Amino acid sequence: MWKWLHPYAKGEAAFRLLGLWQPWLAGLAVILVTVGVVWGLAYAPADYQQGDSYRIIFIHVPSAMFAMGAYTGLAITAFIVLVWQIRTAEWAIAAIAPVGAVLTFISLFTGAVWGKPMWGTWWEWDARLTSQLILFFLYVGVLALYYAFNDARTGAKAASILALVGVVNVPIIHFSVYWWNSLHQGATVTRFGETLMPASMKYPLYISILGFMLLTAALIVYRLRNEILKQELHRPWALAQLGVEKHHGV
Amino acid sequence: MSAVIEAKQLTSVRAGRTLFSQLSLQLHAGEILHVEGPNGAGKSTLLRIIAGLLDPQAGRVSLFGQDQWDDPEQWQRQLLFIGHKAAVKAELTALENLHYQALLDGADQVDAWQLLETVGLLGLEDVPAQQLSAGQQRRIALARLWYGQATLWILDEPFTALDSHGIALLHERFSQHLEQGGVIILTSHQPLTWTGERLKKIRIDYQDEGLLYEYR
Amino acid sequence: MNTASAWRLLTTVMRRDLAVALRRRSDVVNPLLFVVIVVTLFPLAVGPGPDILGRIATGVIWVAALLSSLLGSERLFRDDFLDGTLEQLVLSPAPLPLLAFGKVAVHWLLSGLPLVILAPLCAMLLKLPIAGWGVLMLTLLVGTPMLSAMTAVGAALTVSLGRGGALLSLLLLPLFIPLLIFAAAAVESALVGTSASGQVLLLTGLMLLTLLLAPFAVAAALRVSVN
Repeated sequence: MWKWLHPYAKGEAAFRLLGLWQPWLAGLAVILVTVGVVWGLAYAPADYQQGDSYRIIFIHVPSAMFAMGAYTGLAITAFIVLVWQIRTAEWAIAAIAPVGAVLTFISLFTGAVWGKPMWGTWWEWDARLTSQLILFFLYVGVLALYYAFNDARTGAKAASILALVGVVNVPIIHFSVYWWNSLHQGATVTRFGETLMPASMKYPLYISILGFMLLTAALIVYRLRNEILKQELHRPWALAQLGVEKHHGV
Repeated sequence: MSAVIEAKQLTSVRAGRTLFSQLSLQLHAGEILHVEGPNGAGKSTLLRIIAGLLDPQAGRVSLFGQDQWDDPEQWQRQLLFIGHKAAVKAELTALENLHYQALLDGADQVDAWQLLETVGLLGLEDVPAQQLSAGQQRRIALARLWYGQATLWILDEPFTALDSHGIALLHERFSQHLEQGGVIILTSHQPLTWTGERLKKIRIDYQDEGLLYEYR
Repeated sequence: MNTASAWRLLTTVMRRDLAVALRRRSDVVNPLLFVVIVVTLFPLAVGPGPDILGRIATGVIWVAALLSSLLGSERLFRDDFLDGTLEQLVLSPAPLPLLAFGKVAVHWLLSGLPLVILAPLCAMLLKLPIAGWGVLMLTLLVGTPMLSAMTAVGAALTVSLGRGGALLSLLLLPLFIPLLIFAAAAVESALVGTSASGQVLLLTGLMLLTLLLAPFAVAAALRVSVN
């Protein structure tokens, strides 16, 4: 397997392979997200308790899922960076982290918007929102560390160590926050997610989740290709990609 | 005769700039390598790569035919690196610095007083290192050369701030080490007194096209 | 490397760090004074009534402890990095995680342990009911080693940056959240008269896990930082 993967450790091969995936991922993502969200927002029935406000789950749930998913992906990439020292993985750190951070932010924002009609307040110290907020801080930390170094390789390695430390801590933080929340249970209403959902709400949600998964992947692929190009600019193939001739002595 | 230290096809890129590429060198027992070149050309980087502090972009370094990760402990024992930062604790006295450094180098039976005399710091043992001159601090750092068991010495600008007496002392110690089959890699702006076969030179120059180097 | 010589290297690193720290006492004392001053500020800000002070006392003391740990984090590797000692530690034949553990231990002796001793004073100033004092000290005793170890990870990651202060808090504070939650809950339990042993045991477990894993993260981070 490593023999097969090895060429993709090099920038150019990875760039081309990702280039093959990119249109498919992007196209399918756009279709599925559009179908899921339009179906969810416009055609799915209103909830008997929450009315139309529940419809935000068609964005909130998938973004929250892949905020977490992207962090797992980040940690796996970080492991590859530290153990096998593969350059493509180093660049992938810079590609994944911002996407994950944005997804986390979207889930926080939609959670707060949903909280307004549900709880009557924009922010409630609900366990899920709180641990999502902490996840956001973890992302910001990884990004801040990555960009703090002048040397991209050093930055990638440092950020990788932090991401691994973070991923060990995520379950502990998660557990502690839920436990803390159960101690301080106030007037919070249990959220809608656990109750049974009719198929007419379920299917658009599933489509939306699938769409967000592909969207996440597509965004990461876009960013990774840009990052590869940026880092390999001193090589002829990258310049050729951009249609630039290499001038001697520049 | 097999090489003590061998570097193959080293390439280093720092912050997007290629310092050197495809650099290979080989040193046998009793040889000294002088790395020359202008400031910022990558001399220190080369030394740090050989010492194992820095990963090269490509290429590998082997000591007695072994890679660093084959047996890191053995590798570290065979190698003594003194960078341009002296690793002298400013708060501790010369004597304490020597004492702790010797313990960390695994040389427990070193007589710190004797060492102090060798490097010409006797009488200053109670003064915190921060009150000593740069040259005196460098002497503390270099004192390790007098008890070290390592075969390969990697010295980044060892003569900096030393007076002529100190330089002579160091040259003398270098000769002993080379006679005992040691190997030295150093950078220096001062000319070296060696001539002949034992002295090898490598020059790293910054060029428009990246880096050129010359090995002889 | 045999155990005896590894142990000797560990103790040498610790003794040298202690010797250096004792010549720079202000670095040791200032973070502790910081805690006392922060604790003093709260009654002035929220009023001296025992009901409100007693309720927030644990939280204030623990948050002050977290912040002071960040404040004193420079001492861990900064000077070693600047004077080249860090390079020599990385090149030492001893396993680097072991040496990192030694540095964490010294840091705890000089920052964590004094906090435990200082805790009753802070508790008194904040009018924490006496029933909570013992557990507060206990949580600090098992929590501060974890604090030192995590701080060391952050300090090792940012040591080569020079301006790491704000960045360090960004990296570390989220990771301190479980510590804060369980420590505060333990004291809370003691105050309402139930057993705090569950939370304290949990903290102890977390502490041991951190002490086991953090030295490896510190070692990896130091190798990156001397790059």
